[in-house]
Amino acid sequence: MPLFTDDPGSSFYDFLLSRRPDLPMLSLSAKPGPLVSATPAAGSSSPSALPLSHGTTVLAIRFQGGVLIAGDRQATEGFQVSGRRIEKVFTTDAHSAVAIAGVAGPAIELARLFQIELEHYEKLEGDILSCEGKANKLAQMVRGNLPMAMQGLVVIPIFAGYDLKRREGRIFKYDVTGGRYEETEYYAVGSGGKDARDTMKQMYRRDLPEADTLRIALEALYNAAEEDLGTGGPDLLRGIYPTVKVITEQGVRDLEASRIASACATLIEARRERS
Amino acid sequence: MALPYYVSPEQMMADKAEYAKKGIAKGRSIIAMEYADGVLLVADNPSVSLHKISEMYDRIAFSGAGKYNEFEMLRKAGIRHADLKGYMYSREDVTAKSLANAYSQTIGSLFGTDPKPLEVEILVLEVSAGDKPTEIYRISYDGSIIDERGIAVIGGKSEALVSHLKTRWTTPAVPLRDALRLCLEGLDTVTNQKLGPEGLEVAVLDRTRTGRAFRRIAPAEVRVLLAPP
Repeated sequence: MPLFTDDPGSSFYDFLLSRRPDLPMLSLSAKPGPLVSATPAAGSSSPSALPLSHGTTVLAIRFQGGVLIAGDRQATEGFQVSGRRIEKVFTTDAHSAVAIAGVAGPAIELARLFQIELEHYEKLEGDILSCEGKANKLAQMVRGNLPMAMQGLVVIPIFAGYDLKRREGRIFKYDVTGGRYEETEYYAVGSGGKDARDTMKQMYRRDLPEADTLRIALEALYNAAEEDLGTGGPDLLRGIYPTVKVITEQGVRDLEASRIASACATLIEARRERS
Repeated sequence: MALPYYVSPEQMMADKAEYAKKGIAKGRSIIAMEYADGVLLVADNPSVSLHKISEMYDRIAFSGAGKYNEFEMLRKAGIRHADLKGYMYSREDVTAKSLANAYSQTIGSLFGTDPKPLEVEILVLEVSAGDKPTEIYRISYDGSIIDERGIAVIGGKSEALVSHLKTRWTTPAVPLRDALRLCLEGLDTVTNQKLGPEGLEVAVLDRTRTGRAFRRIAPAEVRVLLAPP
């Protein structure tokens, strides 16, 4: 067991970078190479296009007492569905979660690494990172992925956390350069992100209760699925519904599939009556 | 030319061992005791911020006695080792057995080669979710590793304390409240002092918890547990 008497610090990500550069990691120290097409639409016949799996629409909304984070379940390779049940929303510690859009491989890797990062810090320091501290660390990790993003392996997360000091839910969005921006109401990203944002813009009100926020999130994902080929809607046949997590002072809670299913059923019924 | 003094290897090891033992005995004791839902860890530790008991992985805890900077270095190395292994393979593949072995190798080789041995004694503990018994490994300053059952004590007057506790602790199914009382009573008797909840660092590895089994028990909760029913 190496003792590291020259303390490499409390970050697992930095520890891997400095001490284990031999480990092949998607998001680390990649050298710029030939460009592959970044858009999912290019899964066509272009010879340089790699078959890459993409995650699609994820969103977060603040509500009274916390923040809700959700995502659809579909992954696509070009015009093909490559996965119907993938998870894009990850619990990262007791009071935070990330949802990731972009190329599925590095996205899932980033979420896993971030989850270990937070726990590693907590164990070494005996303290939990502040909400802002977590958001900043994620920004550094997204920035570390920039060389890969330049090659088409773009990963864009949303960070949602409950700030125990301020006693409120917070949302952070990112760009490929690791730019970190706080959103005060809601945000969505991914191929159906714009449609989801439009829906949320129409329906969002300040300090809504949790149940209303769930309805808005599902409406937004439903609209995104209708307008965007990459986003999957609720799959009634197979019983696949969006992932929804709620973060409050009590911690992260996965909403039960049955509750999401019944909320989806209500939504679909309302639309049927309208048409 | 002056010849260097000859010291027999036996003498050198005996001196090192004595030096390390002295350093460890100077400190205060830490008790690990099996109870109904897992393992209880109680340290005689007046500091609220400098911990002697720590979470290492999902179902694994660490505790160190002796020189703070030395067992803290070991603790951090263990966490890095565990997190790296869990990242490269799977969370299930991180085990107390492998950690204890790695510690034993490291501490043992330092004892042999370094002029100054580590003045530490550590515990690595794991509870399993299934029927597998609780694992308690005690690793000494020279790298020797002992697989303990039920109760283990490190630091301070550990031998007196362990014999005191072994006569009173009867079954691993003892409730948390009784196990805690037993530990406190043992510490009070052996050290001839009256420890309150503030002077204790208490934590459990609770096998009934999902995910991370480690939980610290704050002085307020200790007070509630110790209160007469």
